[in-house]
Amino acid sequence: MQARRLHHNKTEAKNSMTSWVLRLGGFIGNATEGAGYSLGLFFHTSAQVGCLIRTRYLSALLRQMFVCGIQSLPVTLFVSVFTGMILALNGGLSLEKIGQEGLIGQIIAVSMVREMGPFMTALTLAASVGSGMAAEIGTMKVSEEIDALDIMAIDPARFLVLPRLFAMAIMTPILTVYTCLIGIMGGAIMSDYQFGVSLRRFQNEALQALTTKDIYTGLLKALLFGIVIAIVGCSQGLRTHGGAIGVGEGTRRAVVVSYLLIIIMGYYVTFIFFRLQW
Amino acid sequence: MSTKPVVALQDVHKAFGPHAVLRGVNLSVGAGETLVVIGRSGSGKSVTIKHIVGLVNPDSGDVLVFGKDLARAKKTERAQIRLQMGYLFQSSALLNWMTIEENVELPLLEHRRDMSRQERKDRVLESLRGVEMETAGGKFPAEISGGMKKRAALARAMMLEPKVLLFDEPTSGLDPVMSRTIDELIIRTGQVLQATQVVVTHDMESAYRVGDRIAMLYEGRIITEGTPEEIQATDDPIVQQFITGNNKGPITQAGYTQ
Repeated sequence: MQARRLHHNKTEAKNSMTSWVLRLGGFIGNATEGAGYSLGLFFHTSAQVGCLIRTRYLSALLRQMFVCGIQSLPVTLFVSVFTGMILALNGGLSLEKIGQEGLIGQIIAVSMVREMGPFMTALTLAASVGSGMAAEIGTMKVSEEIDALDIMAIDPARFLVLPRLFAMAIMTPILTVYTCLIGIMGGAIMSDYQFGVSLRRFQNEALQALTTKDIYTGLLKALLFGIVIAIVGCSQGLRTHGGAIGVGEGTRRAVVVSYLLIIIMGYYVTFIFFRLQW
Repeated sequence: MSTKPVVALQDVHKAFGPHAVLRGVNLSVGAGETLVVIGRSGSGKSVTIKHIVGLVNPDSGDVLVFGKDLARAKKTERAQIRLQMGYLFQSSALLNWMTIEENVELPLLEHRRDMSRQERKDRVLESLRGVEMETAGGKFPAEISGGMKKRAALARAMMLEPKVLLFDEPTSGLDPVMSRTIDELIIRTGQVLQATQVVVTHDMESAYRVGDRIAMLYEGRIITEGTPEEIQATDDPIVQQFITGNNKGPITQAGYTQ
């Protein structure tokens, strides 16, 4: 009896092991397939950039730029001013201990431009614009509108993804410039108010510390993040199936995947440019 | 009627997971002919016409349109064939963020770039007038009724004057008067465009009105084909039960029981 139970437990353990391996395999398979699809979509869409000179595509691009840029500006700025203030508060408290709070301008300017500016902009856009793209295109997919485009021999990648991709690629760096400026200002005001570092001193420190490399790596990050958000959002949308539940699932996945990619890519860009000294 | 079929399905099999939907469908539709495919809900009618337009590819068998195999055609060739086809979706599938006019204009904008703005506007108005929708052009799909959406979608499908028109349940969910209007539009477009048409429906009145020939899909195969008169006179118990809408007979919920 006991032997049988033992045997039973063993098989159960073996089964759960197999199912665990199968599930892991399935997950890796899905992730690889998704990555392949997204990369394919990116190259296929980018190759059609020439279409943007046509009036209707240009107007679609402007419309998307309005959505990605102007409509997201308030929330992005709100996030960035608080990011700057948090950086100032934390940095100031640490620097105060060693009596170096005067250097706070350096820390805030560099970390804002190099890391936090593009990062916070991208996270905000992934949550607002990227999820919106996945939901919008996903709804079109489940209501057969994508099929209808296909049948009319209108490439959904060109018609839907192209304007979104370029709008994000253009607007994310522009928004990042604003984010950095406002974030640094927030930090400066906080430093003055909490640690008595004058605005003039802050400005001098900030300008002295910032290099051209900080600025272009920050903007490069913003560009990459923008492309990732658009492509992940659109490809999750285009791969949606199964009604309202599918749309919800695709939207959720778009945000999660964008977040992960933003964090991972952000790390590698910093690593390549500042560790490997490209 | 020419002898060479415009649309031909040869021994088409299709399964979704373990569920075999089509188990060897054979169909052929000649030039200018209107074929109605009837069958129960879930019998694979929609899947059949999605094969014709290449939205679904067969597991085995051939689907030929103008003698060409869509599933194996190159992308550009597939687009070329699709430009000669129109498809009316069951859900109409109008783009929700565009007005009716913009929806109807879309195929012209993409594929007739030689046309001037005015020419396009005239064509759109003319085709909206053809489906009695000229006053609703500025509205969005969410603001109009199901029957109006169907008519707008029909105007869009006809925009490039296709040689093959496919209709997926054109009258489902519509009142009898609107169903009749849609039927007449189908008959009229068939005549005006000289188009080959395939209509999928379970509305028998509509099937008798529009069909030159009717084929019944049952258990993944075509079990009967004939003119509306032949179908009405058939003594096949399955077809008889279906066309008379009897719930007692060889067709059961589970399928064929004999």
